[in-house]
Amino acid sequence: MPKGLVVIDKDRCKGCGLCIGACPFEVLDFSGEYNSAGYNVAHMAHPERCTGCAICAQVCPDVAIEVYRLQPDKLKEGA
Amino acid sequence: MPQASTQVPEGYVKAFFRPRSLSDAKYTYCPGCHHGIVGRLIAEAIDELGIQDRTVGIAPVGCAVFLYQFYRVDFVQAAHGRACAVATGIKRANPELVVFSYQGDGDLAAIGTAETVHAANRGENITVIFVNNQVYGMTGGEMAPTTLPGQRTTTTPEGRDVRLTGYPLRISEMLAQLDGPAYITRQSVHDVRHIQMARRAILKAFRNQLEGKGFSLVEIVAACPTNLKLPPPQANRWVAENALKYFPLGDLKVKGG
Amino acid sequence: MTRMLLRGNEAIAEAAIRSGLKCYFCYPITPQGELVEYMARELPKRGGVFLQAESEVAAINMVYGAAAAGVRTMTSSSSPGISLKQEGISYLAGARLPAVIVNMMRGGPGLGNIAPAQGDYFQATKGGGHGDYHLIVLAPSTVPEAAQLVMLAFELSDRYRVPAMILADGMLGQMMEPVELPPPVDPKGIPQRPWAVTGAKGRPPNVILSFDLEPQRLKEMNLVLQETYREIERNEVRWEEMATDDAQILIVAYGTMGRIAKTVVRRARKEGIRAGLLRPITLWPFPYEPIRRLSERVPTVLTVELSAGQMWEDVRLAVEGRAKTPFYGELGGVVPTPKEILSEVKRHATG
Repeated sequence: MPKGLVVIDKDRCKGCGLCIGACPFEVLDFSGEYNSAGYNVAHMAHPERCTGCAICAQVCPDVAIEVYRLQPDKLKEGA
Repeated sequence: MPQASTQVPEGYVKAFFRPRSLSDAKYTYCPGCHHGIVGRLIAEAIDELGIQDRTVGIAPVGCAVFLYQFYRVDFVQAAHGRACAVATGIKRANPELVVFSYQGDGDLAAIGTAETVHAANRGENITVIFVNNQVYGMTGGEMAPTTLPGQRTTTTPEGRDVRLTGYPLRISEMLAQLDGPAYITRQSVHDVRHIQMARRAILKAFRNQLEGKGFSLVEIVAACPTNLKLPPPQANRWVAENALKYFPLGDLKVKGG
Repeated sequence: MTRMLLRGNEAIAEAAIRSGLKCYFCYPITPQGELVEYMARELPKRGGVFLQAESEVAAINMVYGAAAAGVRTMTSSSSPGISLKQEGISYLAGARLPAVIVNMMRGGPGLGNIAPAQGDYFQATKGGGHGDYHLIVLAPSTVPEAAQLVMLAFELSDRYRVPAMILADGMLGQMMEPVELPPPVDPKGIPQRPWAVTGAKGRPPNVILSFDLEPQRLKEMNLVLQETYREIERNEVRWEEMATDDAQILIVAYGTMGRIAKTVVRRARKEGIRAGLLRPITLWPFPYEPIRRLSERVPTVLTVELSAGQMWEDVRLAVEGRAKTPFYGELGGVVPTPKEILSEVKRHATG
């Protein structure tokens, strides 16, 4: 299981791409899926690389991203 | 107030979520606009200090005119430029309230210069969040008092000519000369490191009010991708490479510090 | 009741404090300096906030903030300063915030002078700022009445959530008279303000605004204002009549001119001219109906003002051609003597 997981609120995302550029592990990319406002929303293109660092959420101007981290005990199991 | 959000996936814990003081309303800003980040940092400060039920915000005229929709706190809509006077009235009427104004460069540094300078000079115990994006965003991208020399706007189509329209106003430097203010700082939110620093500055500006220290102002040098006509990542770079040269970051005044 | 010998400006200040005034914001201007100074001296001692602002614009916006926070608040100024406050007054009206504004009128336009005048009638009664709104406008003619009307202004402003203006002039401000003042109001008697910004504790957030981009909703906001104005027009018209029963000529005058006109009526009666007086106390809502009623049997309705004929327009709207409506006014701070007005009365009563 990846260490991190991001959930992007598709209705809030305006496809600005700031999260995509800010992610240090190139987890995110445009999804090609357009929301009701016509924006190309971001998604996890490479979820396996996510560390849950939350940089994407920090730079998101629309507060559209929630970040989850694997619980420490599960982390050990995975290792 | 519980926040509607996704169920936590099994085995994971929530590491980053929308601040509780933010309402469910969607921001009305353009894609990549820094107003949204600043707005979130304010909500985080309100949550961290536990002051949601005694905070009053002052919404400006400008791109943030709908600010009152974005928070779970009481709000007053002020006339263009008058936010510091309105904040003064509220704070004097009820000093138990935590009062913050949120203003753009046109609002705070052009039409509202007098109200800003005098509230600062009185050491009015309020928190001012000043978003300097060097342009009048809402009215169509006209020149702001903070527009950079040579910068093209709809009212400086050939670029700002300082011989005709003067120079960008460094109002934080001006205010820092006064005896009244407790805290004047300039920050930016163009990358995650600066967002973290801006977060701490905003928190301090609110904490100062709780401690009765007086007037605190956080200027945020921000990007307006729409009027810069740049994709948001390039607009952020533009801020770092151009705006920050004219508006250097850092604390300009920390009373007793 | 307390009996005090006070100038008009001081009586207004004292009455405001006794009305439960919590926050007073001002910018100095003549001829209302005594009001500012009285507040500076007295209000902080009595639990209120006195703040001298950097401008009239700032002062009215501080009033807007304090009113939003739910306290009784006031500002005072004179004509040029009131012009500067118009933006804030429009916002107060739009956001339905109660507040009291005192205008001790002086000569205009522009810088004018500091002598008594009534040239701000249009500005006060027709909405001096932008948008469809009215203020409750009260026009005292004596110092005791000024005190009474200040208390009434706070009461009505709170009841209807409409800003109220005291429209007087420099002469009343300077005049000294004995005043009977009631004890300070019981704060418990001041209406609750559940809409005020007091912190969203155990309730959804309160928002004070005069803004809606959606035309249909802004129309609804406006209709609420208009309904309130109609209610005020039904309930709050105030005026004084003197010797109107058998009048052959009716003088309509307010404030300082209303006071002088009483002398004129007495002198005219001595000379056998059956003059009467109608003195509007509320300039908005204007006493259209009583003037209309009198115009059905009085052949001449003479308006006397310290202006070029501003209230005169409302008098003519009330008379609707049923009587002759001559006008006599003075300008620039010149105040006519009773003798001068009497000669006008004679001319029109016999003519």
